Amino acid sequence: MHDWGGMDVLDLARIQFGVTTVYHFLFVPVTIGLSLLVAILQTLWRTTGKTAYLRATKFWGKLFLINIAMGVVTGIVQEFQFGMNWSAYSRFVGDVFGAPLAFEALVAFFLESTFLGIWIFGWDRLKPGLHLACIWMVALGSTASAYFILAANAFMQNPVGYQINETAGRAELTDFGAVLTNPVVLAAFPHTVFAAWLTAGTVVIAVSGYHFMHRRDLEVHRPAMRLGILTSVVAGVGLVLSGDPLGKVMTATQPMKMAAAEALYQTTYNAPFSVLTIGPLDGRTGTPIIEIPGLLSFLGTGSFQGRVEGINDLNAQYNALYGPGDYIPYIPLTYWSFRLMIGFGMLAVAMAVIVWWSTRRGRMPTHRLFWPTAMWMALTPFLANSAGWLFTEMGRQPWVVFSLFQTSEGVSPRVGATTVVISLIGFTLVYLVLAVIALKLFIKFVKAGPPSEEDALASSRPPDDSDDADRPMAFAY
Amino acid sequence: MELTTIWFIAVAVLFTGYFILEGFDFGVGALLPVLGRDDRERRALINTIGPVWDGNEVWIITAGGAMFAAFPHWYASLFSGFYLLLFAILLALIVRGVAFEYRGKGETARWRRNWDRCIWVGSVVPAFLWGTVMANIVRGVPLDENFDYTGSIWGLLNGYALLGGLTTLLLFATHGAYFLHLKTAGELSERARALGLRLGAAAAVPALVFLIWTQASFGSGVSLVLIVLAVLALVAGLALDFTGRGGWAFAATALTIGLASAALFCALWPDVLPSTSDPANGLNRENAAATDKTLGIMTWAALVFLPIVLLYQGWTYWVFRRRVSVDHIPAGKAVAS
Ligand code: HDD
Ligand code: HEM
Ligand code: HEM
Repeated sequence: MHDWGGMDVLDLARIQFGVTTVYHFLFVPVTIGLSLLVAILQTLWRTTGKTAYLRATKFWGKLFLINIAMGVVTGIVQEFQFGMNWSAYSRFVGDVFGAPLAFEALVAFFLESTFLGIWIFGWDRLKPGLHLACIWMVALGSTASAYFILAANAFMQNPVGYQINETAGRAELTDFGAVLTNPVVLAAFPHTVFAAWLTAGTVVIAVSGYHFMHRRDLEVHRPAMRLGILTSVVAGVGLVLSGDPLGKVMTATQPMKMAAAEALYQTTYNAPFSVLTIGPLDGRTGTPIIEIPGLLSFLGTGSFQGRVEGINDLNAQYNALYGPGDYIPYIPLTYWSFRLMIGFGMLAVAMAVIVWWSTRRGRMPTHRLFWPTAMWMALTPFLANSAGWLFTEMGRQPWVVFSLFQTSEGVSPRVGATTVVISLIGFTLVYLVLAVIALKLFIKFVKAGPPSEEDALASSRPPDDSDDADRPMAFAY
Repeated sequence: MELTTIWFIAVAVLFTGYFILEGFDFGVGALLPVLGRDDRERRALINTIGPVWDGNEVWIITAGGAMFAAFPHWYASLFSGFYLLLFAILLALIVRGVAFEYRGKGETARWRRNWDRCIWVGSVVPAFLWGTVMANIVRGVPLDENFDYTGSIWGLLNGYALLGGLTTLLLFATHGAYFLHLKTAGELSERARALGLRLGAAAAVPALVFLIWTQASFGSGVSLVLIVLAVLALVAGLALDFTGRGGWAFAATALTIGLASAALFCALWPDVLPSTSDPANGLNRENAAATDKTLGIMTWAALVFLPIVLLYQGWTYWVFRRRVSVDHIPAGKAVAS
């Protein structure tokens, strides 16, 4: 069998999973957040009757569509990939893990995609109230889909509601309720949804900021800006508040991940949290700069004096429990990704606060670099999201299902390296090209700005009695 | 009825529903360059499926999820074994989905032409490959004692499977033409009708050979009945299209595809992926299945949610029942959403 630059099927399959999933999750948070914001804007239009809100709805609706198209098509890859690259894993967990995936499709994706189609094309086909309900269904569907997929993922972090059937060689479901109320999903769902809101809020701030800079259509962009700032700040607070219980659940279920987050080798009471460390993170030679005493203990246990187990002790424990081996994830990655998640995310929140302060009561920031900076800051939540997931998934290694099944056992035994190389290259190239196109389109429609009042009203005329009147469609591809 | 039987049927229903629904939107995509002579015509064609194609696609996502949950071994063997076929399908579905959404968002002829190509390739490739996949499932593939496929991609490109692919491609194209006859107006609709007639006649040949081959090699009593009915429906569709009854012709191809797909699943029963090497390594509804616990939960979920889904998807088709003519396409650029 071919050996591709020293990488075997396992390495290639892992890279492919990482690339395609991180890519999927660039678009997903925007979908979850923007569907809600568009629904709010349209609701504001319906309740206040102000056309500025309608124009904002149309403007953001279009940007939302550019984004969701990518989220949808990359999602299908995710679902097929478990079987393609991870067939042994699928056989092992399918009895437990398949159900939340099937629920996600049945409950969430049908709702989302069907009502999205009606919403896009239905401006002149439905009564306004019904049309508004459609976008709320989309928002509901996309948020619900996050719950189910996170429940599936939570089983991998903290398996519950199952028993091992030795003869069949797999995990079997005993309690579906337990799978859906896994403490990990209860903590990760709010955290992920807040992260999605922060992402969408930041994007709204950046895009509105562009128009603030050019002082165009401010009657449309000012309310959107305010909504974006509010969303970001609420989400920022929510992220910290939900990150705390998530950290505690994680310490309880996967103590190794918490130790790896700090590169803490020795079990420590009153463990500090280092904001930065210079040098290798091998526990001997690195020099932490800026340490916050007791914070790691607090994050993990709720008490500044709490005991946080170290990597070495945990590894020894796991050797005794699960047989000889190396149970330590790749520490530099876990250490830095954890910090980048918090750091980039908090930058986004800080930016929201600064923009709010600088634009309060009709003020207009004048520094030449103010708005360009705000626009570049839109990248930070995406970086934070990717870092957070890299931490979550790499921090679990070498396990794919914690304590039950290792990643190396999960790969499809008979799929050749060449096959995976073909698909890895294929997906990566197509994804790259599409990323460029999507970004260009997004920027193009940002620059084009909202439709004029007449256009917005004309393209949202509700149906009248001459329903089959031969007027042009309000929206056409 | 045993739960594994129920779920065999449920997976079959989901795949069949997918073939019927996405079948016509694949067909529309495949006929885009043939029927659409200028940009406005092509836009009219695309807009007949604009509101529904994504909802149609969720049928395969649900089918995959249901297969994963109800028959983990089937899902694992099929997706890892048919790797490159599914990879090609995935790439096609990716560019196709993006193309629908992005095509109208640019103005240059080149931009639109390139997305039109993506729609065409993205429709033709899966329309062909799904037939290939189905045929290989029925025919069986060499599996080892862990149920893993031992062959290569070439083993999946056998004559029977390629014929299956040709059959679905032509059937979906016919289905799409009838759909367009029903959903467009004026001259365009007339052209779709004429093309549908020719496509239907062309589809009849491989479909007949493929179905007879299926019946001869893998068939049962029930599959025979279904196959005969499928062929009758295909002929009826031709006659109905000839007489200009677009709606009924479309119903007839829907029936053809549904019956043919049902016949394939009946020919497969009670296996889900037979082994052509050692028959003992084959997967059937028993040894591929999840536990009764999981199947029971899934049954409740399907009983509650599937009717709801059918209801609101049906409602979509009602909302967008109007025919689309070139006059409905706003002139010039695509307008705001
Ligand atoms: C903008 C994004 C963002 C921001 C500002 C934060 N997080 Fe986060 N975090 C995520 C975005 C995220 C994420 C990408 O959404 C993750 C990945 C998996 C998950 O559930 O959420 C995540 C995972 C994640 C995990 C791992 C869970 C696991 O492995 O099971 C922990 C412990 C925290 N976060 C804790 C925090 C804390 C204490 C924060 C702030 C003080 C924080 N996060 C801010
Ligand atoms: C969208 C957010 C997610 C991102 C960005 C993400 C990212 C990653 C990355 C980078 C890996 C590779 C880890 C490694 O190889 O060391 C991985 C592993 C994995 N993840 Fe996730 N993941 C996400 C969500 C999920 C969810 C929701 C599931 C399950 C439902 C899941 C299932 C898996 C599996 C099965 C692996 C094992 C394969 C592997 O180790 O490469 N992931 N993920
Ligand atoms: C690795 C695991 C994952 C799988 C198998 C998966 C599967 C899918 C599929 C099949 C779709 C397309 C649905 C359609 O056609 O309408 C999709 C889209 C979506 N997924 Fe994922 N997904 C994964 C990770 C995630 C995660 C971690 C989240 C959220 C936390 C998420 C949230 C969404 C949402 C909101 C959509 C809707 C459209 C969009 O993404 O823009 N997914 N996903």
